Amino acid sequence: MMARLVFLGRLADLAGGAEREVAPGPLAGVIADMEPELAQALAGPRVRLALNGALVAGDGLVVKAGDELAFLPPVSGG
Amino acid sequence: MIEVRLIEQAFDAGDAIRDFAAAHPQSGGVVSFLGQVRADSSQQGDDVEALELQHYAPLTLPGMEALARDVLGRWALDGLLIWHRVGEMAPGDPIVLVAAASRHRRDAFAAADFAMDHLKSESWFWKREKRAGQWAWVEPREQDYADLARWGQIGN
Repeated sequence: MMARLVFLGRLADLAGGAEREVAPGPLAGVIADMEPELAQALAGPRVRLALNGALVAGDGLVVKAGDELAFLPPVSGG
Repeated sequence: MIEVRLIEQAFDAGDAIRDFAAAHPQSGGVVSFLGQVRADSSQQGDDVEALELQHYAPLTLPGMEALARDVLGRWALDGLLIWHRVGEMAPGDPIVLVAAASRHRRDAFAAADFAMDHLKSESWFWKREKRAGQWAWVEPREQDYADLARWGQIGN
């Protein structure tokens, strides 16, 4: 079973789509397997992470099968 | 009464404010803020064809509801309404409506102001604009962060 990544805002443009299925594993490895430009953007200091709907820190995070991990760039609402 | 909604279709802000005011006859003051799609952009000229707001369902509405509870904990309100559009909009369409009802006006003014600053800078929305057929993401403005920071110094 795979894990699902969700890209919001401009990150979806960089990823070429709003979602992507990936093999489970440590987040650092998941990101390292991506295209360099996308990987660099995802690792940016202002990108927040939500794992299964809850905000989490990226350090040491392991993505498990069935997880949904969202990458949230700086917001611009209202 | 708290009324927090994510809305996928255009709405009539005038109707919403009238109904909200009518629902709070005990309130001497109702303050509302309406944000609408502007036809020009401070960043890139005056030819905005459309605006799209994206959200992330697991976070966006729960975050707005938490904001509403926070606002109610800070000011003595009879009611609070927060409606926010998502999806594609045209210039002139309403994007966000905040209304606060209170016995006296100062609480309603401050509550609406606080809610808007937090919707702009802390709620889970991403905005992009279409010009000449091309979509471009709107980056947050430094002024929005400065507006938010005011509340760390007063009102806490």
